[in-house]
Amino acid sequence: MTVYFTKEHEWVRVEGDTATVGISNHAQEQLGDIVFAEVPEAGRKVSKGQEAAVVESVKAASDVYAPVSGEVIEGNSALADDPALINSDPEGQGWFFKLKLDNASELDGLMDENAYRDFVASL
Amino acid sequence: MSREVHNGPTDDTQARGTPYSGDPEGGARAQLQELDKLPLDAWHRTRGGRMVPFAGYEMPVQYEGIMAEHLWTRENAGLFDVSHMGQLLVHGQGVAAALETLMPGDFQAAADMKPKYSLLLAEDGGIIDDLMATRRGDDFYVVVNGATKHGDIQVMQNRLPGGVVVDYMKEQALLALQGPKAVEVLETVVPGVSELGFMQGRSFHWQGRPLWISRSGYTGEDGFEISVPAIAAAALADAICSNPLAKPIGLGARDSLRLEAGLPLYGHDIDLDTTPVMAGLTFAINKRRRAEGGFPGSMRILAELQNGAPQKRVGFEVEGRQPVREGALVLDGEGNEVGKITSGGFSPSLQRPIAMGYVASHLADDGTALKLEQRGKLFDARVVPMPFVPHRYHRKGAA
Repeated sequence: MTVYFTKEHEWVRVEGDTATVGISNHAQEQLGDIVFAEVPEAGRKVSKGQEAAVVESVKAASDVYAPVSGEVIEGNSALADDPALINSDPEGQGWFFKLKLDNASELDGLMDENAYRDFVASL
Repeated sequence: MSREVHNGPTDDTQARGTPYSGDPEGGARAQLQELDKLPLDAWHRTRGGRMVPFAGYEMPVQYEGIMAEHLWTRENAGLFDVSHMGQLLVHGQGVAAALETLMPGDFQAAADMKPKYSLLLAEDGGIIDDLMATRRGDDFYVVVNGATKHGDIQVMQNRLPGGVVVDYMKEQALLALQGPKAVEVLETVVPGVSELGFMQGRSFHWQGRPLWISRSGYTGEDGFEISVPAIAAAALADAICSNPLAKPIGLGARDSLRLEAGLPLYGHDIDLDTTPVMAGLTFAINKRRRAEGGFPGSMRILAELQNGAPQKRVGFEVEGRQPVREGALVLDGEGNEVGKITSGGFSPSLQRPIAMGYVASHLADDGTALKLEQRGKLFDARVVPMPFVPHRYHRKGAA
């Protein structure tokens, strides 16, 4: 199991050909209190870099991009009632959606955890 | 993840009344001009304030988080630094009559030490700024918005007669202590403030420094606004926050608190394109002035008072959980554009989205069902009376 990060502050955890996507701890800190999240439904096809979900805090609305292409298997239904899960456990229970990877080579351009930590420190 | 919208008063471009530019960075890197520092800059940073550009300054948008700070203020006491606002002293021969040529209030009969809400008006009846003006003997102490203060001073200097002088009190900081425990907290620091009635002010002394304190604010709660020499502001803020009932609160919660209280924010809910009648601020047009006119835009404003304005500022309750923000369109049942949202967000007290905006007057009645459109998505909404959260101002005689 490997976790990758994007420069847009999404994380993607890969197990076999299944990828789970969310936003990083840094991203939730920047957003502040999250009050709304909209996740894609199973069956929707998303391509790398395309808007796949919406997250809104008290102050700002943001699109969450698909870090990799694939077909959505499941959206995290717990976020509708409790969007604050993204604040309290961004890289765990606050996941956004799972998808079936189209092309594992798309992961090559993403950062690993250490590289992402350095990237955030440089911001 | 993108930052699609960054609305509310933390965005400097919007604070100046310019609509969201569409810049996906939210203008975050568009810091063309140098930002000034306020007297409490270091004080905010020490306490973990997250500083953002606002009205030409770096100011704290939040400390521990907007939600917690908002709820703290509704239950305890929140200390706001509003030193970006312009504090002016207007004085000279015939100052009261002269101010009446700029604003629709009764300045000639204004009672001493009683802050009054008023509006600086353009010749066409549009709103240049909203402000608080207090007679202090022969002078008027005027507090205007931060993003508009330099323009306001210019307007006043151009339009007031030569014998009337506008002094910009640059050496004064301005703090606001708001919330149901504000009186308990401030009374221990500045004895005597509890005797002030709502919308009443006077001078006090603290550690040898003069303070001007009024019982007023921008949250819908009881509270005080405190003008203090900049040199003493940090010590006073420390003294207030040494009480565990008081915490520093950022601009983010200031915006959500005033939205729940139904109070308009200049550059968003009121501007040069809105009149006092459209904005529902007719209480600022004094009875004698209605009869006599003589203020800028009085022809249009008096006609609107008589016949109604084409649009009205109203509150909206939004279905669901997703916030609908400034810039969203208001649509009627047939999809026609009939207004726009000027402020909107998630209400921490009500745990649901609320908004305010303008709508064609025939659709402005409470209970009217309308649609809001934001980024291609439609939301069900209903016109509701404001405030969204009842005001709890201090009334004399009440406990």
